[in-house]
Amino acid sequence: MARKDSRPEVSRRKFLAGAAVAGAAATTSAAKATTPPTAAARIPSAVRPTAHQVALEANVVTEVKPVAGRASSDFMVDVIKSLDIDYCYSNPASSFRGLHESLINYGKNTKPEFITCMHEESSVAMAHGYFKASGKPQMMLCHGTVGLMHATMAVYNAWADRVPVILMGGNDLDAAKRPPGVPTYHSAQDINALVRDFTKWDDNPVSLQHFAQSMVRAYKMAMTPPYEPVMIALDGGLQELPMDDHTGGLYIPRYVKAAPPQAEVAALRETAKLLVNAEHPVIVVDRTTRTQNGISLLVELAELIQAPVVDQSNRMNFPNTHHLCQSTQAQALIRDADVILGLEVSDFWNTVNLFIDNALEHGHGARQSRVKPGTKLITISSVELNQKSNYQDFQRFQSVDIGMAGDAEASLPSLIEAVKSALPSDRKAAYEKRGEAMKRAWRQAIDRSRQAAAIGWDASPISLPRLCAEIWPHIKDLDYSLVASRPGIGTWPNRLWKMDRHHQWLGGSGGGGLGYGLPASVGAAHANKALGRFSVALQGDGDMMYAPGAMWTAARHKIPFLSVLHNNKGYHQEVMHLQRMSNRRNRVANLGTEIKDNGPVGTRIENPDIDYSKIASGMGWWTSGAVEDPKALGAVLKKAVDVVKSGQPALVDVISQPR
Amino acid sequence: MSMNWCGLAVIAGSLLLGAADASAASAEKGKTLFITYGCFQCHGTVGQGGNAGPKLAPDPMPYEALANFVRTTNRQMPPYREAVLPNDDLADIYAYLQSVPKTPDYKTIPLLND
Repeated sequence: MARKDSRPEVSRRKFLAGAAVAGAAATTSAAKATTPPTAAARIPSAVRPTAHQVALEANVVTEVKPVAGRASSDFMVDVIKSLDIDYCYSNPASSFRGLHESLINYGKNTKPEFITCMHEESSVAMAHGYFKASGKPQMMLCHGTVGLMHATMAVYNAWADRVPVILMGGNDLDAAKRPPGVPTYHSAQDINALVRDFTKWDDNPVSLQHFAQSMVRAYKMAMTPPYEPVMIALDGGLQELPMDDHTGGLYIPRYVKAAPPQAEVAALRETAKLLVNAEHPVIVVDRTTRTQNGISLLVELAELIQAPVVDQSNRMNFPNTHHLCQSTQAQALIRDADVILGLEVSDFWNTVNLFIDNALEHGHGARQSRVKPGTKLITISSVELNQKSNYQDFQRFQSVDIGMAGDAEASLPSLIEAVKSALPSDRKAAYEKRGEAMKRAWRQAIDRSRQAAAIGWDASPISLPRLCAEIWPHIKDLDYSLVASRPGIGTWPNRLWKMDRHHQWLGGSGGGGLGYGLPASVGAAHANKALGRFSVALQGDGDMMYAPGAMWTAARHKIPFLSVLHNNKGYHQEVMHLQRMSNRRNRVANLGTEIKDNGPVGTRIENPDIDYSKIASGMGWWTSGAVEDPKALGAVLKKAVDVVKSGQPALVDVISQPR
Repeated sequence: MSMNWCGLAVIAGSLLLGAADASAASAEKGKTLFITYGCFQCHGTVGQGGNAGPKLAPDPMPYEALANFVRTTNRQMPPYREAVLPNDDLADIYAYLQSVPKTPDYKTIPLLND
């Protein structure tokens, strides 16, 4: 209802102008009676409008001219471009708006190209996957507080997996200039503190020259073994100021990769002596090789003495087509070994000891040595060069006979030369005999794997070896890359697929944090696309639900890959932890009351079952619908592979056995 | 202390197992119980074994050996005592494992010879 008001209409603008005049007049009038005119002028009875208010009311707008001079963040782009970074995986955020604008306008959105992500954890995981496929570190931008909080799990995964990622967080360091509200919530004194425990280095540049030096330094440190993520804080003021406000003479330091640290020569010679004289040497590898050349060097070392190699599979280290690949014989080989050489092994303790998670040893679980007394233990690991005291991704402490702090791949040429020099003239026949035994064992292991795969061949839910065997015919003639897999799938791809290239298996997450598989697959597939490779991922259902938005990023940026969903409808490792606790306490595990699941409460992803195909198709993917019949799987995979070859991502949802 | 307790459990488990009537066991019921008790989580729905547990079927080990292990193990698998897994249910599970058909020779499966 309209207000009835008998008051005369008063224009606010006219009123303000009148008030100014009236106020002055009233003041003058009052002053005549009581106070000197000069004093009255300083104490008006009405507040005068400011010049700004008068200008606004008079509709006089102060022109905001474009910022003069070059934008500081343009120079930041020049620095970033000098490092040949391909992509910036990011979710947009106001705290890096200056740099974002420079990247897409001044930098023309190339090298790096901005890749739109829907979660900062996915951004980091994509950069993680990209590096493992290409060997090139990528950058991600985020809010230095809320975005970095989202990102932390993926940063920890990268840290534990020895992968470099260039993290950059926006922040308004100058509290006096922070816009009120959200930007203040999104700022902090020291944003890097959040990830300092699991990054190799961080800095908070306060000038453009400082930024240039720190970016190049960060990149160099990230790319010196052990590779790790690094963090740079991006001050909002520094990004947005024109360069005129800074001193001249800016320069971009030249990046020269540091030579990787090698194991000490005398220790390598001692190692070589032990290896050449051993009756049962074993080489254990984990995150050992980074390149195809690393694989060739490892093959050369093993062949010199016909030593079996046990690949713990956090990378593709050793060809499974080679007779010295004896990974499936690990337990027997370790048990009989007299010399064990561990190269970048993440858990050497667990390599030479068996831990049993039972209630013995006062609840700590039982330990049994896997090796015989007197076995010589040797390690080369770059991780010994870089650790933090809070988040400890190293495992139980294992004493060794020779421990070398150095990068294993970089140390291999020197170790090979040392072995060649130490080869005794009378051991050739012994090596040949060992080699023949390894050839027989290798052939038998293949037979055993295939026979084991045949058990439950027609089962539904589909068995995991059947799942892997059905994929193989569709990728065997392609330059394929297995970009991610789940621990529950185990080593079936390594046992059933031929692998002799480094990119054919990129390894797991590192820190064991769920939410890695999908975005890391997107990042790795992104790199593989440019390299002409066919990417395939064995994706966990639980992992996919952490940040399914990564599927949209793949569709949006036309990143093709085949994602085969290991849909086992549960968190099966946790199922067994609950079962273990229940049994230990002699209680029946609660499967639910209103809804009965196929596992203890809190561990199942069913009732309702998730329609992953609907989720994926909603994000622009080709999907198959759920496949339960093993006999139907091959045809569906064929269609999916054709789709991927046409440049699209595709999801095949396979209702599969738990583990 | 713990080791002594385990030793007693072996004897007690063996005695209790004798109470189960294996002849009355139901493979059909056992198939359901194999899921309900979570055996399939590590051993697969047809006992084929997997990354977390060994193969149980086809050709399961003798009932007494399996039952003793189930009741008393101190290995990676936790022991399932009778309060958690009654004797009759264990017998049904065993009947199910016995019913799992033989595995074909992998050489007859083209995909495993590629």
